Amino acid sequence: MNILVCIKQVPDTTAIKIDPVKHTLIRDGVPSIVNTFDAYALEVACRMKDNDPDTTITVLSMGPAQAMTALKECVSKGADAAYLVTDRAFGGSDTLATSYILSQSIKQVEEKMGKVFDLVLCGKQAIDGDTGQVGPELSEHLGRGLITYACDVVVENSEFIAKRESDQGYDRLAVSAPAVITVVKPAYKTRYPSIRGLQKAREMEIVSITAADLPLDLEQCGLKGSPTKVRKTFTPTHEKNGLRIENERGADAAAKLVSLLADAKLL
Amino acid sequence: MSTMETSKNLWVLIETEEGQAKPVGYELLNPGKQLAEELGEKLVAVVMGHQVEEVAKKAIAYGAEEVLLVEGEEYNLYNSDAATFALRTLVEKYHPTAVLIGATNNGRDAAPRVAAALHTGLTADCTELGIDEETGNIAWTRPAFGGNLMAKILCPDNRPQMGTVRPGVFKKPALDENRTGTIVREELHLDPSAMRVRLVERVKEVVESVNLEEAEVIVSGGRGLKSAEGFELVRKLADAMGGVVGASRAAVDAGWIPHAHQVGQTGKVVAPKIYVACGISGAIQHLAGMSGSDTIIAINRDPEAPIFDVADYSIVGDLFEVIPAMIEEINQRKA
Repeated sequence: MNILVCIKQVPDTTAIKIDPVKHTLIRDGVPSIVNTFDAYALEVACRMKDNDPDTTITVLSMGPAQAMTALKECVSKGADAAYLVTDRAFGGSDTLATSYILSQSIKQVEEKMGKVFDLVLCGKQAIDGDTGQVGPELSEHLGRGLITYACDVVVENSEFIAKRESDQGYDRLAVSAPAVITVVKPAYKTRYPSIRGLQKAREMEIVSITAADLPLDLEQCGLKGSPTKVRKTFTPTHEKNGLRIENERGADAAAKLVSLLADAKLL
Repeated sequence: MSTMETSKNLWVLIETEEGQAKPVGYELLNPGKQLAEELGEKLVAVVMGHQVEEVAKKAIAYGAEEVLLVEGEEYNLYNSDAATFALRTLVEKYHPTAVLIGATNNGRDAAPRVAAALHTGLTADCTELGIDEETGNIAWTRPAFGGNLMAKILCPDNRPQMGTVRPGVFKKPALDENRTGTIVREELHLDPSAMRVRLVERVKEVVESVNLEEAEVIVSGGRGLKSAEGFELVRKLADAMGGVVGASRAAVDAGWIPHAHQVGQTGKVVAPKIYVACGISGAIQHLAGMSGSDTIIAINRDPEAPIFDVADYSIVGDLFEVIPAMIEEINQRKA
């Protein structure tokens, strides 16, 4: 089987702090990581490879040169090939432009391989942009079946079976290859790099794909190819100045709170 | 793609499942009405489902002037291909100026596909809607960076302007059964051979329902509960308050409660009337999932815990003393 995992290198949003005076994000010194949900997608792919060693995992990322590090990390964990889609012309792309560029890149890689990826896996969303739109938009550009928010994917009778959480339990959904599946946090942990994997990552040459390598309508790329425009950004203010009960015995604090809630008709 | 000149009307998609509307669809009729009035457009609801004429009537009672009704068995339980096909076909036929869609998993599945097919802009997970005064476009405001940053986004040159909007952010409009409106039936059926995704089975787990997105009261527990036994206190308080149990990532990672209960960036985004955070410090990822709640109550022994910044009522104290006393007080008031 032939699996592609889409990767985004993101700032670790758990390490981002807000400048208390300027109310802006402090990005300096924030480590770059493989997007958490993409790491889950890679783990899902690695498990499929564990079950069927005749599986090839390719990772592909769009971003600046430094995203090579993220791709190498994926190789150290089990990916067999890696591509970096990188070009200044791609900067400022929104989800539509990004998914268009990715889809053209994927088709290009497929053409070179002489076969189509049976499965394209993406994380449900990136932890910086949080949109969750690139995976579904990609499926539309590629014209392939889509399952979103899967917490597990297995192969049964040459179909992909995905488990998707619902309100009362979960759905088991089937889709034939070629397909796009986006994943949430699975029930299992992601693996660590292997010694062999680390060595492979060190030695592997990551292939760069630039705009010149692709059949692209540049009008659909980058800032000008993006229908959505960011008008402004600001940091949210959470300060609420709520009512605080402190230095009281537990029972007294509880009685006070319940009485306040009852007065506010909240019980 | 429809041009700026020909596009008209503001649409709200009302998602249904087994004949029942998801509440967020009705909620969106509220800002939908306001935006439509400001733009001088008509508010149109798109109702998709199986045997959902009642939902169409209710949409009118909630303020829709017109309903486009798409009925069929293929719309009974969500199917990505059927939903995408129907919405895309309708947009291509009528050219709405904007489409609001609930940011449920299904809405966030279909909306990007439709936006990509129509080559237009889509803004995800909005928490605020308005009109940009300068340009007359819809101003879509959404959180990013795990809630650390808010962005106001426009889609100036493409139509329709599309956005998904978080459930629970807006209140349902007032229901008025005397309102009248037109229901237009649309016969849209996707050739079954074009449906690439198939529902193999729907497993209903007999455990308690975890419908956090629609719950009015959520009582959540975090690391401060210290153990699975400790976490039982949260369940008891939820029972006493008639609420649903939620959890922080720490509690889920510790194995005290399944992931379906997790609130936050990697869990669910909720906006209940009352949210009680017990022993939750309030990491930004957790706040991103619950700061839209109407009333937030926080109980924590650390006076510096960031959860207190978003709380309306805070108790700084030992939750193992406070929660049992709260349960007793509440039960006494009920008696």
